[in-house]
Amino acid sequence: MKIDKNTINKIARLSRIKLDDKESEDYIKDLNSILDWVEQLNEVNTENVEPLSNISSSILPKREDVSKDTNSSEEILENAPDKLEGFFAVPKVVE
Amino acid sequence: MNNLIKGEKHDWEMVIGLEIHAQVKSNSKLFSSSSTKFGSSPNSQVSLVDAAMPGMLPVINKYCVEQAVRTGVGLNAKINNYSVFDRKNYFYADLPQGYQISQYKYPVVGEGKVTIDFKDGTSKDIRIVRLHLEQDAGKSLHDQNPSKTYVDLNRSGVALMEIVSEPDIRTPDEAGMYISKIRSILMYLDTCDGNMQEGSLRADVNISVRKPGDEYGTRCEIKNLNSIKFIKQAINYEAKRQIEILESGGSIEQNTMLFNTSTGKTRPMRNKEEAHDYRYFPDPDLLPLEISQEEIEEIKSSIPELPDELKNKFIKIYKLSNYDASVLTADKQTSDYFNKSINSDPELKNHAKIIVNWITSELFSLLNKNNFELINSPVPPENLGQLVKLICTNEISGKIAKEVLEDMFSTKKSAREIVDKKGLKQVTDQGEIEKVIDEVIADNQKMVEQYLDGKDKLLGFFVGQAMKLTKGKANPKILNDILKEKLNKKD
Repeated sequence: MKIDKNTINKIARLSRIKLDDKESEDYIKDLNSILDWVEQLNEVNTENVEPLSNISSSILPKREDVSKDTNSSEEILENAPDKLEGFFAVPKVVE
Repeated sequence: MNNLIKGEKHDWEMVIGLEIHAQVKSNSKLFSSSSTKFGSSPNSQVSLVDAAMPGMLPVINKYCVEQAVRTGVGLNAKINNYSVFDRKNYFYADLPQGYQISQYKYPVVGEGKVTIDFKDGTSKDIRIVRLHLEQDAGKSLHDQNPSKTYVDLNRSGVALMEIVSEPDIRTPDEAGMYISKIRSILMYLDTCDGNMQEGSLRADVNISVRKPGDEYGTRCEIKNLNSIKFIKQAINYEAKRQIEILESGGSIEQNTMLFNTSTGKTRPMRNKEEAHDYRYFPDPDLLPLEISQEEIEEIKSSIPELPDELKNKFIKIYKLSNYDASVLTADKQTSDYFNKSINSDPELKNHAKIIVNWITSELFSLLNKNNFELINSPVPPENLGQLVKLICTNEISGKIAKEVLEDMFSTKKSAREIVDKKGLKQVTDQGEIEKVIDEVIADNQKMVEQYLDGKDKLLGFFVGQAMKLTKGKANPKILNDILKEKLNKKD
């Protein structure tokens, strides 16, 4: 797999990152070298090997269904760039 | 049944599949301990996990997993011992993580099916593809401020079950019946409160049209419908729109649509360039979800009687029709009410059909008129049973019974009490009725002659007169019999 200009633009758009031409070129080079490096793994024969999801053989920890009263609004809104009437206020998004 | 829509050139068939989002009934969220309570003040039930603060880790709610398994069992579905949580990535203001934790390749529940029952006594199976667990997003309010969108994260992270059907649905009515059936099963299982107004149950509808027998056409998806009425409206509008395009030689573009509830129209939501690329991948914060066979068996053993079982039981024990039994069992409140009512007196067992009629027509219309839920009915089930018994033992007529029920509804008194106090007991005494009839005949000699001359319709007039004299209390059958006998003797 090779990263080209179109792919890098698409990734940038999906990540909401603005890249100028110079940055795009740099990222194409960087990402391609990372992919090349990872692709070495393709040389290993993985036939009949189950994908490994977990190296510690631990199981998914679960919690009981107990709700904690947080009354969080003040704390949660503390970092909001803009807030109004207890809500986060963001530029109008209408679909 | 004809399921086709007439077009200009030929008939068309709708092909419909539903994705139902059902909020899991739980105290706390899927991956955090915040409360799930509806209607709290904005952003008051948001933990650092729900707000996606850096370094926060999700810990799964055991009960939500059990609820999903329980629902899977109720949908006659395969429960998967192994499932995986994935990240579905997209940007939106009410999704602080920038991704939704969902299940993609390995859902917790696999193939199942539910049955819908038609009025004509036939049934149809709708196949379920899968059920998976996922997080809900926050809520955006677009109409509170002219230049801002408000975001409330209270709903962010609440557990949802997404139930995906095969495209087995062919009409808007079937879609409505399917979602009603799912809702009914969820409510019997107590895994979702089924409240569509509060958004606890909502659906995305996939719809395409085709010539009968053809391959499936290109589909469009209508997002986020929260009432059965809107689902039907949206399907009707969208099918018509697609047929018009196809008949004028165009082709359908696969699209996500929004339904405008005030205009009744659908419109595309996103344009092609911005088509979403969700880049699903396994969530590295969560290990795979493993459920042992023992855990599944334990949940299975705790499953209550479900609508279909109850329906079959009612058909068998009380000889009810498939449709009556399905109406009765669609809502747990109704079947509970019926059960209590019919078991309040051993003699009622043979009069199940009459009880069904009194519940589903008379009582329901009174409840509707007065904005009551069955659970808060001023007429408790035992009292309705007593009323039906009074009808079945000929103590009161059906007509009087309607008045008695209205009285029971407003005064909360028992049927017996009202009948005794108001002296509404039916007159079944032959002698007494004969006396009244003699009076009617004597007072209306002219009419009697006309009747004897062949004006049969006048019988109703005599019945009416006699009823008037008895204040409606004469037993109609006895009255009719004696009246005919007496009149014909005159011939």
